[in-house]
Amino acid sequence: MTGSSGPQMPKIAVRGLQKSFAVNRVLAGVDFDVAAGESLVIIGGSGTGKSVTIKCILGLLVPDAGSIEIDGVETVGLAGRARARLMHRFGMLFQGSALFDSLAVWENVAFGLIQGRGVPRRRARDIALEKLAAVGLGAEVAALRPAQLSGGMQKRVALARAIAAEPEILFFDEPTTGLDPIMADVINRLIVQCVRGLGVTAVSITHDMVSTRKIADRVAMLHRGRIVWHGPAADIDHSGNPFVDQFVNGREAGPIHMQIRAA
Amino acid sequence: MMRFLAAVGALALAFLAGTGRLALFAGRALAAGLAPPFYPRLIARQFVYIGYYSLPVVGMTALFTGMVLALQSYTASSRFNAESTVATIVVLSITRELGPVIAGLMVAGRVGAAMAAEIGTMRVTEQIDALTTLSTDPLRYLVLPRLLAGLLTLPLLVIIADVIGVFGGYLVAVYKLDFNAVSYLTQTHQYLKTTDVVSGLVKAAVFGFIVALMGCYQGYHSRGGAEGVGQATTYAVVSASILILISDYFLTQAFFT
Repeated sequence: MTGSSGPQMPKIAVRGLQKSFAVNRVLAGVDFDVAAGESLVIIGGSGTGKSVTIKCILGLLVPDAGSIEIDGVETVGLAGRARARLMHRFGMLFQGSALFDSLAVWENVAFGLIQGRGVPRRRARDIALEKLAAVGLGAEVAALRPAQLSGGMQKRVALARAIAAEPEILFFDEPTTGLDPIMADVINRLIVQCVRGLGVTAVSITHDMVSTRKIADRVAMLHRGRIVWHGPAADIDHSGNPFVDQFVNGREAGPIHMQIRAA
Repeated sequence: MMRFLAAVGALALAFLAGTGRLALFAGRALAAGLAPPFYPRLIARQFVYIGYYSLPVVGMTALFTGMVLALQSYTASSRFNAESTVATIVVLSITRELGPVIAGLMVAGRVGAAMAAEIGTMRVTEQIDALTTLSTDPLRYLVLPRLLAGLLTLPLLVIIADVIGVFGGYLVAVYKLDFNAVSYLTQTHQYLKTTDVVSGLVKAAVFGFIVALMGCYQGYHSRGGAEGVGQATTYAVVSASILILISDYFLTQAFFT
């Protein structure tokens, strides 16, 4: 576990990130660093801008202002081939798995290899089976369609797809939402295994504190479009920050007032 | 009064912005086709889907359109003893106008709606974002094959619809109205010119492109779950149908005046 204050350059450096949708200001200047090989978990309630933050880093959304550096290189405004090259270094696990339902499970896992990188189908299939095995799925599911799998299995397929091309940085969007506690634990273990085993840098967003404790090296708390606390995962129970205290303990009373209307 | 003018202005601006967005969307998707990777398998699949699977519905409507046309033009022309024009009216109406328009509208309902629903579902379930994160351009992978297939398959469908429509007219003329089969067929191609057929095929290509473009565009920009997808589907069919009828007028004007 490395601290972010080391002399080496952070893997991801986000500064002053702002994003609004119409009149709704979702990100109001987000700053954080993620060191190489570190697992950062961004926590926060619904509608606080967690998804928007990682979608900005991934380039799926264009921020209104601010900077996102990967290995010291500015990535905001990259397009075309430069953006595609950067995308090769990312892997993303979507909240609803986002598997392509017209393709078989193995084709989903191999998609980035075949379409994105031009790996021959036969070889991509072998890699896909290997990655499916890494998430505990046998070759018998490879030919099935995603709709034939349970939610937990779909999540594992999506995880296999995210790691298939061996990215440097993995993003997890609410990896345990909608899963039963046991399957959530399986996913958490697989995430830790992937992150540690592959030595990748990970950024996850979640409001599941059990998951946070399991997968985080460091935790950042997002509230109203700003990071209100950032520290080691071990400190979340005695952070001294009223926002974090309220969130970690799941209390209604505190500085965070739940928005009754959807943002 | 000012409020009224402001409303009209806002409407006009929204229309222009929408047109611009649509043009940019089409331009980007087509430009994506200029560089590899190409997806011949996906294009072939869309060909089968748009062309082959639309055959029954387009053929059926063409058949009955031809039949009705023969009947209507007979009852109208018999009022001034011009029954011999029936064959010409049928073939010109079908090839110039009804073949492409009816095929376009049927395909808009069948294919445009399905495209909007499929791409819209992919949008709201983040599958389009997933494509991007897997280093695949969604415009190139999803939209371009559909646009190309729409552009190229509808003329083929319309050739078949033309033949079936004329055949429908023939059936009614010969078996119900007691026309002589040989003279009906002779009259059918006596006044038919190449431009009649070609203009219909050009229209078909434009209509096919419109259907695919509206299906993809509405689906691609759908928001907010099942309701958003349903709305995108409706918009895709309605906007494609209206654009077909509007462009039909201008294409006809361009060809025949």
